[in-house]
Amino acid sequence: MKQLSVEHLLGIKYLTKQDIDLIFETADHFKEVINRPIKKVPSLRDITIANLFFENSTRTKLSFELAEKRLSADIINFSASQSSVKKGETLIDTVNNILSMKVDIIVLRHPNEGAGVFLSNHINAKIINAGDGTHEHPTQALLDSYSIREKLGSVKGKKVVIIGDILHSRVALSNIFALQLQGAKVMVCGPSTLIPKYISSIGVQVETNLKKALQWCDVANILRVQNERMHTNYFPSTREYTQLFGIDKKLLDSLDKKIVIMHPGPINRGVEITSDVADSEQSIILHQVENGVAIRMAIIYLLAQKINR
Amino acid sequence: MSKKLLLNAKEIDIIIHRLACQLLENHLDFNNTVLVGLQPRGVFLANRLVALLKKDYAIKDITYGSLDITFYRDDFRRREEPLEASSTNLNVTIENKKVVFIDDVLFSGRSIRAALTAIQSFGRPQSIELLVLIDRRFSRDLPIQPNYKGRQVDVINDEKVLVHWKENNTKDAVYIQTNSSK
Repeated sequence: MKQLSVEHLLGIKYLTKQDIDLIFETADHFKEVINRPIKKVPSLRDITIANLFFENSTRTKLSFELAEKRLSADIINFSASQSSVKKGETLIDTVNNILSMKVDIIVLRHPNEGAGVFLSNHINAKIINAGDGTHEHPTQALLDSYSIREKLGSVKGKKVVIIGDILHSRVALSNIFALQLQGAKVMVCGPSTLIPKYISSIGVQVETNLKKALQWCDVANILRVQNERMHTNYFPSTREYTQLFGIDKKLLDSLDKKIVIMHPGPINRGVEITSDVADSEQSIILHQVENGVAIRMAIIYLLAQKINR
Repeated sequence: MSKKLLLNAKEIDIIIHRLACQLLENHLDFNNTVLVGLQPRGVFLANRLVALLKKDYAIKDITYGSLDITFYRDDFRRREEPLEASSTNLNVTIENKKVVFIDDVLFSGRSIRAALTAIQSFGRPQSIELLVLIDRRFSRDLPIQPNYKGRQVDVINDEKVLVHWKENNTKDAVYIQTNSSK
């Protein structure tokens, strides 16, 4: 019988290929469930999940909430802006207080890298990392790979380019780990100031010419420029960024093949991608969102199986 | 561990023919009926019945599908081994239809309880019946009984009923396995 090799989902780097396969197989079943007239199963009736969001989120938070509700778990929500964190409470104290209310699983988004790992060493609950700083965002990477698998049949051997602000992106790092684990070739493309210095040491190709990168790939995963994490200027102007790294329909049509367009959201239309590209037939952006719920249901379900009664 | 043959391939074939006739008696042309094989092992029996009804009894249209009950089980996190899900393939409407659940062995009745919950996600059937190949009498945990049964057996709880299908084993057969270490 199959189960995950890990006790928490802290990052893709802790997973094995078998774990990813198991998550995808389970997500296949949940995808069928969420397309039924009644989209809910009673599996997690006796599980309570706390969604702790110390950083803003719309998509991920809604997706997690929906996944938890579809599994019939009880949920509590917490966002740092309305909490005692503002009054000086530490992370462990906040979480321990929440845990005394008998919570089984914690979904954590935090601005500090490694917050999930830190918490998992001190807290007796399953932790799911919903994004820690610029480090990892494992559920996003899993749903991205799952969407590629759904569109192209498999991830193995596919060429995927991640375009944009790689330096500040947790989505990029998790995606690189997940894609490499499944045997895909990964390239990053963006302004050289926004590409981490040692990224080629983990087997990732670097390309600063957008056209060449698109010509090479089967799938382009386009990231947003994370202005909120930038404390200095990495490129002269947004206009110049758009001219060099923005993807428009003309550029897409000039390629000799039909590549798949992905974006983890939120989209800045007209900056990294134009509307006609985001809404084109080649784009699977909205499938990514739908698959996000199925993937998160699978992860929560598989981790909940490991909770001791 | 010892294994005793309960039914051989020929006996199973005769039983499936009888079950098909019994279904036919109650459902005639099957136009308002949906046959649902319960994953994983009830699906083999369901496929056999459908093939037989089409071939020997000239029923043209039979609506059927498979239902996985893993997410509806009442022993989630209560077992040593993790539960593994199978796929559900029920692309038919069951609203106001006569549903027949098909499974290989009826033991505690808990799987059927889960199936009764699971089927509600697809609509409100007019009625639900249960067809099983083997009915293990005296081992029920819940008040659930089959409408159609292939063979009733009295086995004690240490014993296990094994149904082999030629689709995934070498031949059709039903065995009773006894744990002789006890």
